[in-house]
Amino acid sequence: MQSNFRNWPVLLVLFVFSAPLLIMLTFLLVDAFTTKVPGTMIPNGLTFHHFRFLWTDLDDGSWGIWGVTLNTFNFALFTSLSVSAISLTAGYALSRLAFPARGFFLGSLIVLHAFPTVTLIIAIFLILQLLGLYNTLIGVIVVKAALELPFGIWVMKGFYDTVPWEIEMAGVQDGASRFTVWWQLVLPQVQPGLMAILIFSFLSGWSEFILPMVLAPGTEAQVLSTYLATMLLDGGTQADFNLFKAVGLFYALPVIIIYLVFQNKLMNIYGGGTKG
Amino acid sequence: MRISIENFTKTFGDTTVIKDMSLEIRSGEMLALLGPSGCGKSTTLFAICGIHRMNGGRLLFGDKDVTRVSSQKRNVGVVFQNYALYPHMNVFDNIAFPLKVRKETRAEIDRKVQEIANLVHIGELLHRKPAQLSGGQQQRVALARALVREPDILLLDEPLANLDAKLRLEMRSEIRRIQQQTGITAVLVTHDQVEAMSMCDRIAIMDNGKIVQLSSPKEMYEDPTSDFVAGFLGNPPIAFLEGKAAGGGFRLANSEITLPVPSGITIPDHGAAMRFGIRPEFFQPNNGLKLNGKISFVETQGREELYDVMLENGAVLRSIQSQGAGHKLGDEVSWGIAEDRILAFGPDGRRL
Ligand SMILES: Nc1ncnc2c1ncn2[C@@H]1O[C@H](COP(=O)(O)OP(=O)(O)OP(=O)(O)O)[C@@H](O)[C@H]1O
Ligand SMILES: [Mg+2]
Repeated sequence: MQSNFRNWPVLLVLFVFSAPLLIMLTFLLVDAFTTKVPGTMIPNGLTFHHFRFLWTDLDDGSWGIWGVTLNTFNFALFTSLSVSAISLTAGYALSRLAFPARGFFLGSLIVLHAFPTVTLIIAIFLILQLLGLYNTLIGVIVVKAALELPFGIWVMKGFYDTVPWEIEMAGVQDGASRFTVWWQLVLPQVQPGLMAILIFSFLSGWSEFILPMVLAPGTEAQVLSTYLATMLLDGGTQADFNLFKAVGLFYALPVIIIYLVFQNKLMNIYGGGTKG
Repeated sequence: MRISIENFTKTFGDTTVIKDMSLEIRSGEMLALLGPSGCGKSTTLFAICGIHRMNGGRLLFGDKDVTRVSSQKRNVGVVFQNYALYPHMNVFDNIAFPLKVRKETRAEIDRKVQEIANLVHIGELLHRKPAQLSGGQQQRVALARALVREPDILLLDEPLANLDAKLRLEMRSEIRRIQQQTGITAVLVTHDQVEAMSMCDRIAIMDNGKIVQLSSPKEMYEDPTSDFVAGFLGNPPIAFLEGKAAGGGFRLANSEITLPVPSGITIPDHGAAMRFGIRPEFFQPNNGLKLNGKISFVETQGREELYDVMLENGAVLRSIQSQGAGHKLGDEVSWGIAEDRILAFGPDGRRL
């Protein structure tokens, strides 16, 4: 505690710079639940009116919030599941098996991870159209998962690398098949990595905006991020900003909850497989 | 179960690690594979258990050719140098794993795990995780896991290397006890000659992927076939005198001294290079064949004292004597070699 007090100039600077964010957040919270006389700053009443989107149809041509939320959830979940499943197997192969062009694959993983994906969007757009997956949720899931994969595979490979080779050999000597060894002996030891990737890619899918906007602009495949965007665009100057804030809060809530619940697991990515 | 390795060859890429090795391990014996680092001991062990595929040659267990049999089907128990316990399972589950893989019944598994745990004295640790065990306890768990499914063969890769000196001594006799009690054929890889001599029935000394000598510890110590083997066994190590054959005797290098060559040793042609190997216990004050020198090093080893004696030509002999003789650094001494214990080697390192 003593040293914290001596750090007060640093804390003050940090506070000043993050103040706009804090103020905005506070207003987001306050405005979502209150009414105000136009032109004033101080709320004059409590209301759930802005959350009416939860139980009434807004009649703006979209699916309604629950359909969009389901879309978002499916998008995030299936992205997360496919990224995890592929990372789990590909990471093992890259860590353990000596297959041809292994070095090439490792190199391309890093390059892909660092690649600015937005630059690929036109090519992806064309490919999806060709495949008939344009404007479908599946199409966006495939693309999102593919873009998340390099990171996931790389992290999983790191976790597998920390599992001693002898443990697998011991398992084989004990009479277990290679699959049993992987499933029962190796997997439990990389489980923190798996958890981290599951959560991480779920959150990444939940907050994705560019891909759904470009690759699935129709209402069928709308997700919360694009729903919010259309609310602003359609409303123009008459946009109901309080409604917008309420939807934003609704959209951010799962992210905050997941972070709070799983923050320790997420830190594992940076621990590289060491158990705490 | 007898193990026969016939003309075993192993290559990694284009380096040949083992070339044309043949070795027979008798049923029920404990054999040590002893040799310097990188000579191919682990490679040989991994070929026996099937982790490495053999590039040439045959491997037989009893009369059965297992060269192409998979690791899983060879029924060989292995203790790895770092024990390779499964960290997420407790001791019981670790030991039970080979039995569970074989789908034995719950009652059967319980009984066998209890039995083997008692044999290696870890009966009260069954609910701990490997991380909560000491090195010696982990070692016992690894041993129990290797033994629990009653393998035909037990392979140990430097099982004691990670233990402290006292524990190593204890586990040495422990492993030997268990091996004899179960009557299993065992191969112990080690680079510690004391371990090999004290634990095993026979020792195979390896150098550069070849077996240079295979005999019992006593025979290997007293009757080595080459200067490499003589130099590898014994602590403190043997000392060598360089010289050449001259007129039926052994002329020390850079000196006028000629030592008589003991009977029973065939002397090479006049002028050929020769070496005498003399173990520290056979260079003592009251032996017959005297040499003059000066004590150049004294090391107290508790019960005994080790002296280095530099001869007039600069060669050094070692002598180990019991405490209390009172020789000091720099003393001029005239000590003797036990003539019948001299080991003579020819120019190619072979025993004469
Ligand atoms: N997978 C491998 N690929 C290439 N070379 C290898 C491989 N495994 C072992 N070697 C080489 O084979 C030789 C023998 O290795 P091995 O592990 O059998 O030695 P060792 O006698 O067990 O030594 P140590 O006492 O250090 O364990 C070494 O020179 C090593 O570099
Ligand atoms: Mg080795």
